[in-house]
Amino acid sequence: MSYTAWILLTAALVGLSCGMIGVLLILRRMAMMADAISHTVLLGIVVAFLVTRELSGYHMLIGAVIAGLLTSVLIQWLQSRGVQGEASIGVVFTTLFAVGVILIATQVGNAHLDVKHALMGEITFVPWTTVRLPWIGDIPEATLILSAVLLIVVVAIIAFYKEWKITSFDPALAASLGIPVIVMHYAFMSLLSITTVAAFDAVGAIMVVAMLITPAAAAYLWTDRLSVMFGLSGGFGVGSAVAGYYIASWLDTSISGSMAFATGVVFLLSFLMSPKHGLISRYVTVPARKKATSER
Amino acid sequence: MQGLAVTDLSASYRKNNVLEDVSFELPQGSLTGIVGPNGAGKSTLLKTMLELHPKLSGTVTFAGAPLSKMRRKIGYVPQRGSVDWDFPTDALDVVLMGLYGAVGWLKRPKAGHRQQALQALAQMGMADYADRQISQLSGGQQQRVFLARALVQDAELYFMDEPLAGVDAATEQAIMTTLRELKGRGKSVMVVHHDLQTVEDYFDHVLLLNRRVMNYGETAEIFTKDNVYRTYGAGLRWRKEVPS
Repeated sequence: MSYTAWILLTAALVGLSCGMIGVLLILRRMAMMADAISHTVLLGIVVAFLVTRELSGYHMLIGAVIAGLLTSVLIQWLQSRGVQGEASIGVVFTTLFAVGVILIATQVGNAHLDVKHALMGEITFVPWTTVRLPWIGDIPEATLILSAVLLIVVVAIIAFYKEWKITSFDPALAASLGIPVIVMHYAFMSLLSITTVAAFDAVGAIMVVAMLITPAAAAYLWTDRLSVMFGLSGGFGVGSAVAGYYIASWLDTSISGSMAFATGVVFLLSFLMSPKHGLISRYVTVPARKKATSER
Repeated sequence: MQGLAVTDLSASYRKNNVLEDVSFELPQGSLTGIVGPNGAGKSTLLKTMLELHPKLSGTVTFAGAPLSKMRRKIGYVPQRGSVDWDFPTDALDVVLMGLYGAVGWLKRPKAGHRQQALQALAQMGMADYADRQISQLSGGQQQRVFLARALVQDAELYFMDEPLAGVDAATEQAIMTTLRELKGRGKSVMVVHHDLQTVEDYFDHVLLLNRRVMNYGETAEIFTKDNVYRTYGAGLRWRKEVPS
């Protein structure tokens, strides 16, 4: 496969996995957790590197899951102790991220792991680090990890679809039915962590937030069905990722920045044009809505 | 059949005691109103019995077994305001959620489950709204959907948190008809209730709660002016004195 094709495939995988996870983030009203975990996984990666002295995908994933779980446990703990919800998110993730930054600066000193790379990502480097697979041949490591993560995310969402739905919509009822709401919460935090760290290499910590939140927020405006929302959000993610690549090569600018910009455009268009919540339909269909209300 | 038995149940919220040594026994086949001022711990009592809120001490049993072992026999209707009604789903889907325990892990609801859910919606007068997005329902209709969801659970004991709050008169009547029917079928229903005017009409048992059980028993005996005053403290106007 050509250099461009690998980048597009990697970008599309980021868009798809982030788009799917983003739906649950939005519906569980945890969008800011994406911001938190996208930063604290850096600490997980650094610690995994310091422990194993290897920068392989496998170690990074485990480090990220541990960092992600630590983040959500600390946030929950502070909240249960009476710290305001958003303040506890802000305190925890900036502190853990800072520890990660300090460790990089003082302990690592390695060209493969620097703060700018972690924040902005560099998808153009992705095709250069390859691994050889039987039957398939050489494949960029980041692309392979993203594929594996996407598989895990899709299987987890489909297998536990109704459990995700009920714990997102009505956790009290779910708990009264004996569904382990807290286990589901931490399982979701783990999925979010592995998605973030897999997307990290390609788009960086800041842009991964855009890929997680914006396509899902746009999809939310278009549909009243959860399954459709998953499909739309994944589609918006892929579309934004691919469009972002071409915008970047057209303007000769940052690829991850362009991808995030593309998600913003998708959201803006959805906000203006969606049939149910959009600004335009609000003006066009006011008489029909009034009629429907009076019939009730 | 032995009913619900609560012994010395206590719970706190951020170090403030919200329930202290709550004890009562509910005969099976009763319709009980939980009545008390704001902050009396009415919702917390339901949540603590269901172990949604941690208890400090005490036991809760139903039919002789710990409540946590009897989940399939217990139905819970949370406050309507506790969920996001903009969630992308329709009325039928919300009712189906009541069956998720019965459907089991890794399985999808089947046609039979949908049939049950449709029947429950019809019983609440909501048959025509099955595929309506839940944000497009009125408050009363949303509450009827919640009641339909409780019906499909086919429980023996129901805990309902303010099911009559903010609903229209027709919905209030439909819900009360349903609750009486449940009672008629030998099920027990505990309802957090805030309207003192209707307590005598609606409930055969009353639990007057203000952190502690102030009084508990049959409505005719317990629901007296003195007891209600004692539960609410100063500042309460008794029924007929409420200006219209």
